Amino acid sequence: MNTPKADPIKPRVAVHKFSSCDGCQLAFLNLGEDLLTLAGRVELVHFAEAGPLDPDTDVDVAFVEGSVSTAEDLERIQHIRQHSGLLIAIGACATSGGIQGLRNGVFGENWVTQIYSHPEAIASLERSTPISSHVKVDFELWGCPVSGPQMLAVVNSLLLGVTPRDNADKVCTECKRRGYPCIMVTRGIACMGPVTRAGCGALCPSLGRDCYGCYGPAENANTGALAVQFRSQGLSPEAVVQRFQSINSQAPVFLAAADRIRIKSHD
Amino acid sequence: MFSSPEPAGFLPLDQLHALVARLMQLGYQCLGPAVENDAIVMRELDAPDGLPRGLQAEQAPGRYRLTTDPQHRYFAWANGPQAIKPQAFAPQESLWRVERDAAGMLQFEAVVPNAPAQAIIGVRACDLAALALQDAHFLREGRRDPHYAKRREQLFLVAVQCAEPGATCFCASTGDGPTPTAGYDLALAELPDGFVAVSGSAKGAAVLSALNLSAANAQQVDAVRQQGQAAAAAQTRSLPGRTLRDALMSRLEHPRWDEVASRCLACGNCTAVCPTCFCHAEIDGPALDGEASRHERIWDSCFGESHGHLHGFNVRPDIRSRYRQWLTHKLATWHDQFGRSGCVGCGRCIAWCPVGIDLTEEVAALTGSGVSHE
Repeated sequence: MNTPKADPIKPRVAVHKFSSCDGCQLAFLNLGEDLLTLAGRVELVHFAEAGPLDPDTDVDVAFVEGSVSTAEDLERIQHIRQHSGLLIAIGACATSGGIQGLRNGVFGENWVTQIYSHPEAIASLERSTPISSHVKVDFELWGCPVSGPQMLAVVNSLLLGVTPRDNADKVCTECKRRGYPCIMVTRGIACMGPVTRAGCGALCPSLGRDCYGCYGPAENANTGALAVQFRSQGLSPEAVVQRFQSINSQAPVFLAAADRIRIKSHD
Repeated sequence: MFSSPEPAGFLPLDQLHALVARLMQLGYQCLGPAVENDAIVMRELDAPDGLPRGLQAEQAPGRYRLTTDPQHRYFAWANGPQAIKPQAFAPQESLWRVERDAAGMLQFEAVVPNAPAQAIIGVRACDLAALALQDAHFLREGRRDPHYAKRREQLFLVAVQCAEPGATCFCASTGDGPTPTAGYDLALAELPDGFVAVSGSAKGAAVLSALNLSAANAQQVDAVRQQGQAAAAAQTRSLPGRTLRDALMSRLEHPRWDEVASRCLACGNCTAVCPTCFCHAEIDGPALDGEASRHERIWDSCFGESHGHLHGFNVRPDIRSRYRQWLTHKLATWHDQFGRSGCVGCGRCIAWCPVGIDLTEEVAALTGSGVSHE
């Protein structure tokens, strides 16, 4: 009689959504066949976008998309942290506060009343903040949205019991490996690639357009030197500020870069 | 002219296609200049008469703009964003893979690159000098890199003399150009009515003899010599010497390192376009089913964080130490490793630096030589 081969215990995985557009969850879903292969190795217990719903259960790995932007988010992230072995923040919202972080510092009652016909239905916190502002985060995957291959690499590393590779190099490294001539040099375009974290595969430069920093700051990002170059390429101080105040406006390195330019231009 | 013992032949302008046709006939995928993404890059020619005329580019620190050669020449452009480097040292490639077999044992297998026979038409003297340095690194006795070797041996190099150096070029100062002297299979020098051609290898000689060229006359050979001298004289940048080892190593605490670090983005573009930089990282790409993995080599740079990572600390945590590492390796400690400087004067690190940091200017400031440009 054959003894049935014992199935190794599959890690339990949850994908949680906070204040976000769902684009990073879609990066998971868009994996298609790869997601099915992956589903065979893990137990997906909570992933609203894909079907399974069990937000309160204990898991080995929790992926968290979105920023903390409401009073409810504040409570929920604590709960999730307590019930998760590893917590991985995915995407610009979860790592820096996201595009909705643009309201930080300028949020006012009058905005809400001007924009919404039922302002009483809005219950947002004054600031949109990254997950790491509230709980311990074990690994961050930057990007707006994160890329499928990036997600797979992280899951794969965890399944193999190794620390995921944290590539904080600049987008330029990916641009050059793919053989794209630098558009700052050939066309004088203000590209954020030299201060932005790799991971996208230099998607925008591959199409002849500038990187807009959606993967957040790279390590040792010399934003001051890049701002000087943007100015010499003809950008106004306001335009340079806007380059840094976009998807990842609240990432400390980009926020500081924008503040320095503002202070300088008011001198 | 090209320091070749072979007599020079003359290939009339309207017969250039015969050379390309011959190389295609021999099974070479022929790469020639093409405009792509606003730059002159090497791409496969689809027909023997597919070489474009009149391409040119204006180069300056942090600046590259396509222009047109009023004389409508084939090779009046100085050099493009990449040399031969990606053809031999692939930006990303698998070195080996491992698979779990039916018995659960791991089986390792070398990955042999599928390198096509390639003829590159339009290689510059600086790039040949750089390739010789890459050879010294990757094909060193007892440490021959099989991936590089496989690609390298498939190359047929058609060099051309630079008649119009870019404003960022300084090969005359490093002694590596503008006229090719070694390392090519064929070398051409473009004159108004045709090309003076010499071979530099047995396979080059075979191609040349199949073309049945008439011998270049003394006047033509002399015109080529003068063209080379004029191109060298036209260069506005230079290094203060060919052996800067001691000058730089005695200035490791010079304040200029801090100054240049304030301008440097540490993006690593200079190292990626440098035809002699050979640093790489190795990463693993496990398959999703957990049954196989590929071990990959990717271009890396001393301007990145992980490159300086040792167990427990980083030897080059800031931009100052990274720029200093790059410059002192390239121009100083390279002498200890390879018996010469690692700079061939192609000027790519100057043109392709997004903020236009000029290596010759930095060296002049560091060594106090004042020898720079303009």
